[in-house]
Parts: sequence; C-alpha cells; structure tokens
Amino acid sequence: MTVLLEATGVGRTVELPDGPPLTILSGVDLTVHEGDRLSIVGRSGSGKSTLLNLLGLMDSPTAGELRFLGHDTRALRGSTRDRLRGREIGFVFQQFNLLPGRTALENVQTPLLYSNGREFWRREQIAREILDLVGLGDRLHTRPERLSGGEQQRVAIARALVRRPRLILADEPTGALDLETGGSVMGLIEEVAGQTDAALVTITHDPAIASRSTRHFRLESGRLVPSDAGVGVGGPVGVDVGGVGTDAGVSV
Amino acid sequence: MRAVTGAVSTVVEALEELRIHRGRVLLSLIGVAIAVCALTTVVGAGAIAEQANREVSERQSGRPATIQFNVGSEGGEAVDAATIDAAWASVLERYDIAFGSRNSYGSLTVQFAGGAAAVQVQAVDQTYGEMHRVRLIDGEWFGPRDADRLAPALIVNEVFWDRLGRPPVWTHPTVALLGEAPATGVITGVTPSQGEWDTEPTAFVLNDAYAAIAPATVPGMQQPPTYEMWVPDELADPLTEVVKRDLVAAIGEGGYAEGWRNDYGAWSEDPFLILKLLVVGVAVVILLLGALGLLNIALVTVRARIREIGIRRSFGATRSRVFFSVLMESVVGTFVAGVVGVAVSIALVQSPLMTLLLGGVELDDTPGFPIEAAVIGIVSATAVGALAGLLPALAAVRVRVIDAIRF
Repeated sequence: MTVLLEATGVGRTVELPDGPPLTILSGVDLTVHEGDRLSIVGRSGSGKSTLLNLLGLMDSPTAGELRFLGHDTRALRGSTRDRLRGREIGFVFQQFNLLPGRTALENVQTPLLYSNGREFWRREQIAREILDLVGLGDRLHTRPERLSGGEQQRVAIARALVRRPRLILADEPTGALDLETGGSVMGLIEEVAGQTDAALVTITHDPAIASRSTRHFRLESGRLVPSDAGVGVGGPVGVDVGGVGTDAGVSV
Repeated sequence: MRAVTGAVSTVVEALEELRIHRGRVLLSLIGVAIAVCALTTVVGAGAIAEQANREVSERQSGRPATIQFNVGSEGGEAVDAATIDAAWASVLERYDIAFGSRNSYGSLTVQFAGGAAAVQVQAVDQTYGEMHRVRLIDGEWFGPRDADRLAPALIVNEVFWDRLGRPPVWTHPTVALLGEAPATGVITGVTPSQGEWDTEPTAFVLNDAYAAIAPATVPGMQQPPTYEMWVPDELADPLTEVVKRDLVAAIGEGGYAEGWRNDYGAWSEDPFLILKLLVVGVAVVILLLGALGLLNIALVTVRARIREIGIRRSFGATRSRVFFSVLMESVVGTFVAGVVGVAVSIALVQSPLMTLLLGGVELDDTPGFPIEAAVIGIVSATAVGALAGLLPALAAVRVRVIDAIRF
C-alpha cells in the first residue's frame, strides 16, 4: 500500500517570550498508508492539535523529518505545500468551521475555488453530488445557521471530501454532537473515506469513536505511543496495535 | 488554461465575498462612490467652468491667436484711412489670412420712441463675429450681402432692442439714424445682455457702412481703428512681424505699426492654472478622505475574517491567493463604486444646475462631459481600491493558519 505520510523523530518546540522554549511534541514516529484508520487520544494540552497541524501541513516540525507522498515537507515551498494540502488533505473540525453567510452548496464549493483544473469549472455539480452523498441533497441552499449540528458537520464532511483527498484529518469530529449523531457522522466519514480509499486520522477524547479505528495511539507528554483499542484518555499504554498488518504498522 | 482558471477563480471568489458582505461593502463603497462622484464632478465642472471662462475671455479679446495692430504716423499726423485699409486688405490676401477685422468705436444718434439718444457703436468687419464668438438671441450676424445694403444693417444689444419694444428680427425692424445725413438702419440681429451693468444701448455696424454714415452724424471718428487678425497659434509671432513691416511700408516714411497678441493664450502663464490647481486640490482631498474611510473599514473587516482566512488556507489557498483575493475584493468593489460615482456625476454636470453654478453664462461650444474626468474618476477609484486593499491584504497574508482556525 502507498505510504502517504511518514514522520520520523518529529518534534515541535515553540519559543516563549518569557521563558525557556516549550517542547510540545518530541520523537514522534508514524507511518500512514492509504486506507488506514487511525485514532489519536490524549488529554487536553497533550499536543493533539499540534500533531494534527503538522500532519496536515499547516505547521512545520522543528525537529525530525516529515514526508508527505515522498516530499520532505520542510523542503517544500510555502505555496507548493499549500496546494498539496488543498489537493490531498481534507480537514474536519470540531466546530465545523463552516463559512457564515454561505449556503451548504457554497460552503462545499469553496475548496474547489483553489483547484486549477476541471474541478473549478464543474464545482457546483461536484458539490451537489457530494452533498447528495452525505444526505443533504435537499438542503443545498440552506445556510449553516439554519442547519442542525449533525447537518452542519455533514456539510463540513462534504466540504473536506469534495476534492477526494487521500488523507482525512478529523479533529474531535463528534465533539460538538450528541452520542447518536456523533456515531452516524463517524459512520459517514468512514463510508466516504472508504469509497476513495483515503486514510482517516481521528483525534478524539471519546473512546467509542477511537475504537472505530484499526490503529490506536495515545499522546502522552508530547510523545505518541500505541494504545489498545477502546482505551480512553489516561488509560494504560498499550503494546499492541490491533488489526494492523506489518506493512501498515507503526514504529514507535 | 491554468493561469486563466486561477485568474477567473480569484475574481469569482472576490465577487462572492462582495455578495456575502454586501451590507458592509455597500457602506464602505458609498463613501468611495461619493468621493469619486465629487472628484469627477469637480473635474467635469472645472472643465466646463474653464470653457465658460475661455469663451468670456474670447468674446472680449478674441480667440487664440488674435493679433491686434495699431497703425499711425510717428509724428502724430493723420494717416489716410483708405491707405491703411488698402494695406490691411492686401496683407490679409497676401498671407491668406481668412479672419481679419477693422475695429473702431464711434456713436450714432438714434431716434427711439422716447426721443433721440446717442448710441455707442462698434464698427467691425464681417469676420469679427466668429473671431469674438459673438452670440445672438435673435437674427443673424452680418453676412456678405449686408455690405451691399443701402440701409445699414445694425446688430443691437438687448437694451437697444428693449427700447424698440423687442420686435422680431424677421420683421426687419428699422430705426431712424439722425444727423446731417439721416439714414435708416435695419436691425438684423440682437446680442444678449452682458449682465446687470449692461444698461446702455449699443450696436455693431459694418465698417464700410459706418464710414458712409459716420461723417453725417459725428464729426470724424473718435479714435483711429485697430486691426485684428485671428491666425494659428504657431504663426502668430512670424506673422506679426511681417504684417507690421508691410503696413509700415504701405504708410511710407514716418509710419509705424504696433502689433501684439490680445487673447488669453498670449499670457505667459496658464490663465486657468489657479482654477485647475484649486480643482485638483479639492479632488485629491476628497479622494483621500474616501480612501481613509475605505481603508479603515477594510482593516477592521480583515480582523473579523481571520478565522475565515485560516479555513481557506486549510483548503489550499496559498498566501498569494489570499493576498490577491482580499485585494481584488477591494479593487472590484471600488471599480463598481467608481462607475456609479461617475454616472451620478455625469447626471449632475449635465443638469441645469450646472448653468446656474456658472452664473448664467451660456456657452457657445458647450463641452460634453469630459472623458478625462470619467477616466480619472474610475482610475482613481480603482487605484484607491488597490491602495486601500493593500494593507488588509498584507494583514491577511500574515495570518497563521493554526491561530486563525482557533481564533
């Protein structure tokens, strides 16, 4: 299977104005293949979002090497990295982050504005199809403020997947939803990701959501360690990575 | 194709932003539209006011380049008028000068209903009317056949006409010209009143006609005639010299001829410079105020849109794309505001209000709305949009994706 992302000894340190540098992440080793289902759990402040930003090419590591589709991300020009992110990575945010004032259709079309090919000219049709896929074919022209939480997250999912990314990064995708809606939203993400064989990396507090993945990790004091399926935040550090073959394995 | 798609998608994004934020955009652009309207109106009205000034000036002292000659003898002896007239006619013919006029002042005694009155007359040649943009409210300026009339043709001012009871010129109204050799004058045209100060009757009469009746009414001319010619600007200086030389030669020994430009174009400085500077100064201040308002709103708006910019960056919007997108929003918006401002300005400048502002001066050649004013308005609006969009665009580029999404 194709290696999408490969992190080797990745660390992230930030300079503080009134103190010594703060290390948020250190020594992160991770390999993500096409079709992988990963979950990462961790306490607040453990570095989950920082890791997601690194994996999503929105930030650069201060230590180690991070390769995306074979490219050393630190060697890429800013604009190349931006285009690579837009083309290959889809984000699902906890707070949905839908653009206010725009309808569901317009929100889903937005990523296609940054595509230079046929996708741009066919953006409306593509957006309609994906909204239909997530069950919102009848809410195309509804604005986010008139949609329920679950519907908003489905719009956000449609928007994240509209360019058929190979890596989906979901940051607490069900954090703002009730249990039942959260479950159906995750089912939807997995279903759509499955159709394109995209890898799905989910950051969550919720053990139930984490347990849906095939590979489980826990962030502890800035270090990424494998974890048992279903073990929530603060649980014991696992040694087995359930359901993962050796090729798609993780070196920790 | 890739570049075209990139450009189109940037404009599409800008238009979408304008549509979404139309309330804010409208508020900020109203200021720009008003500023552009004011700028364009000031420039357009300035051009019309300049034309009005020019025409008033041309009526008094001729169109550029009008050269005036005084001819006489150095000893002050009388020079035979017929000799000078012949020399003048010869000069005009020799140098192929189409517009030349003898110009002298005198008076005629006219019998009005209320009694006889002395009327100041200006004796001119037929070409004088076009040289001085003489306007008429009734009748026509002297034509070639007026020189052959037995009853001299008169073009009278409005006061003169009023005293006759404003008879229509097509009825060929006549007046009795008194004196030793009484004659009848036919009124062929009426010039409008020059203002409240214009209270005395005056008249234009053709030179040759005046020469025939003047001795009978007034003993001799009040002053010797001056000679005017209207020539192309670039020929003014060389023609002045050769005409002077030829006139002196015609008078003979002891003769002299002075020639000088009389029109506004002869002034070394642009007579409308102060007006132009004033207009430009006012316009620049207006536009700066509009730009400041726009910049203010644009900066506040970008701060309010940090999260949105972060989200767009996460979808793959590059820094340059965000920069041009924010810049384009401003440019597209101000361009539209500029077009609206110019349209309103055209309506204002072409309205009757403008005539009132000119103090009732009616123009001979009413200029259309100056194209340069419209171009200046739209270009300024777009430039202001680009300048006012620059700072917000730079601010938008500096947004860090992670911080923006958490904003």
